[in-house]
Amino acid sequence: MATQAAELVFDEATKQYPDRPEPAVDRLSLTVPAGEICVLVGPSGGGKTTALKLVNRLIPLTSGDIRIDGRSINDQDVTELRRSIGYVIQQVGLFPHMTVEANIGTVPRLYGRSRQWIRERTAELLELVGLDPSYAKRYPAQLSGGQRQRVGLARALAANPPLMLMDEPYSAIDPIVRARLQDEFLRLQRELRKTVLFVTHDIDEAIKVGDRIAILREGGRLAQYDTPENILLKPADEFVAQFVGADRALKALSLRTLGQISLRPGTWLDGLPQIDASTNLRDALGFLLAGGSDRAIVVDDDGNPLGTVTPEDIVR
Amino acid sequence: MIPVLGGSGPVIPSFGSGSSCEQNNGWWCTDWLREHWGDTLQPALVQHIELVAIAIAAGFLIASVLAIAGFRYRLLDVPVGGFADFLYTIPSIALFQLLVPFTGLTVLTVEIALTSYTLFVLYRNMVAGLRGVPEDALEAARGMGLTRVQTFFRVELPLASPAVLAGLRIATVSTVSIATVAAFVVPKGLGEPIFIGLDQNLFKTEILAAGGLAILLALAADVALAWFARAVTPWSRA
Amino acid sequence: MSVLADQFTAHTFVDAFRFIGDNASLMLSKTGQTCELAFAALGIALALALPLGLWLGHRHRGLFLALGVSTLGRALPIIVLIAFGLTVLGVGFWNNTAALVVLGIPPILTNAYFAVDGADRDAVEAARGMGLTERQVLLRIELPLGLPLIVAGVRISAVFVIASATIAAIAGGGGLGDIIVNQASYGLAGVIAGSLCVSAVALLTALALGLVHRAVSRSTTARA
Repeated sequence: MATQAAELVFDEATKQYPDRPEPAVDRLSLTVPAGEICVLVGPSGGGKTTALKLVNRLIPLTSGDIRIDGRSINDQDVTELRRSIGYVIQQVGLFPHMTVEANIGTVPRLYGRSRQWIRERTAELLELVGLDPSYAKRYPAQLSGGQRQRVGLARALAANPPLMLMDEPYSAIDPIVRARLQDEFLRLQRELRKTVLFVTHDIDEAIKVGDRIAILREGGRLAQYDTPENILLKPADEFVAQFVGADRALKALSLRTLGQISLRPGTWLDGLPQIDASTNLRDALGFLLAGGSDRAIVVDDDGNPLGTVTPEDIVR
Repeated sequence: MIPVLGGSGPVIPSFGSGSSCEQNNGWWCTDWLREHWGDTLQPALVQHIELVAIAIAAGFLIASVLAIAGFRYRLLDVPVGGFADFLYTIPSIALFQLLVPFTGLTVLTVEIALTSYTLFVLYRNMVAGLRGVPEDALEAARGMGLTRVQTFFRVELPLASPAVLAGLRIATVSTVSIATVAAFVVPKGLGEPIFIGLDQNLFKTEILAAGGLAILLALAADVALAWFARAVTPWSRA
Repeated sequence: MSVLADQFTAHTFVDAFRFIGDNASLMLSKTGQTCELAFAALGIALALALPLGLWLGHRHRGLFLALGVSTLGRALPIIVLIAFGLTVLGVGFWNNTAALVVLGIPPILTNAYFAVDGADRDAVEAARGMGLTERQVLLRIELPLGLPLIVAGVRISAVFVIASATIAAIAGGGGLGDIIVNQASYGLAGVIAGSLCVSAVALLTALALGLVHRAVSRSTTARA
């Protein structure tokens, strides 16, 4: 699959509804480099979803501009613009009267692709999102919530758009499936390298998924736009510090894995619990505290011991 | 002159002169049925289907236009729905007679009345079907770059079709039933043999046969439309 | 018959209103007969169909019956019922009442069934959890929640029964139908006058029940 991505620029983008005193989005300026995931996060009323919908013009801009690869969204035909952007929403919005294949083929069909092309593309995409290609002939009502969300992602990817908009895609999914979908999405993204604008109200999801995080506060003002690490360790102000939570130091641990810190030698010790090197530090700390042991053996994917770790090593 | 009991229909030999079954006014005179299937029951059945088919087709067409208008412009919904409800409320025989001064004792009078009765159910179901299209599907369609027209034909219309077809079923069954009253105005349809049977000292076989045909026709239409709806909306079975 | 086309003028309706004025007592008594027949039938249909529909809906049983009855009710032509009634019961009030009851039952039964069957399951479960008896669950929770749909069913049934009561004239049912089907005695003006009166009865009944429907819809929404 061709890897292509577009740079997304918000330039003083503003949305003001005539019947409200405060703007929904207030002079938002940020740049999402091509191939990165930018997460918009913030309390309700922060205008995250509004900001996202400005991009595909489901909500028209009041002032300012948004550019995709340097081209203003207002200079493009609105249907062409939308067809060139992948769009994933919380309720998925699969068309209940169409099979999975017909759903995925919606935009390709508008582009005049053949049935054969759509069939092959569907099989390829289903595999990519972790569904068996035999699902192609099913109707949405025959799928579970997690499966629907995967099909929704496949549909958004069908025309190979350089930019994806994802509006709380996993908020309605139970935590276990959500974690799996997030992991799969990140794996997918390493392969596809799309530019992604991702909205969530869940700061943990933002930290996990985002290359960069934009925190919006009430009135649609940008509070901070930075990497997850900087957001957690160097919050710009009291609002951001409050929003990311008092446990932000703990959250920051989830940004690194055991494999990324220096371990103690001591692999000869027997009887200690084992832990995978790909585990993030936060989970590893939890594992150690819960296990009642102050030390664990870190192993690689093949089960070879790499060293040992203690809680002190993690929080250091 | 308005025929009170369909007196202007074809002259059927009174049962007094027929077989012993007919002379005893039996419930099921096979002889009579065999003799008069061709000249009475079969033509009445065909006429009945014709009356209903035209009314349903006209009603469907008119209701479609009204429903699309009432769906796009909500302001129209209350007056249009209210008017359809008003027509539906007028008793059938009264509506037939009220139309006579305008259109006379004609098939047109019958069709106008029958069509009027279909509008209520068809319009309501169509609008409800269009309104019932899930919001998330519409947002996805817009977000994916479907135009207004594409959204209507590819998303809204198919998703409204189960409700539309359910309305069509109800309207068809009701119209088959109400069309028997048409014989008050024109000597056509399955109402006609029933009125003649009533007229001729309550000839049971004729009433039973024609009435039974009307009921069977309604039920057959119901089953056929249910089957059709199932066939064209495979997703609703999922 | 061809005379009618020539008679097509606004005068037909003016004459009809004059007919009503000139025969006020006749129209009143005929209207009364129609109402008596229709409302007696509606009352019996209510007494039979409502408890059955509520009970079936409460038990979530008999979906097939509820659907079948409603289709069958629509499929049964009134004149067939009346003709059968005539051949079996003979001419009279009870023949017609029986036919009208049969026609009046389906909308009430079906709507009552779906009203109770579809009552908010969470509210019902909460009520059970709070220790309400089955009877209390039905009467205090399901019935009030389903009231709008039930009233809508009664409205359809009433319209149906009034229309059918008019046709019942052919079986000696009396009422306004007598005038409508008897142009020989009452003239075109009489026929139109009768049609106007029976339409007015139907519309007023529908309007009244429509207002009740609105009132109970509002109260259930307010309560919810």
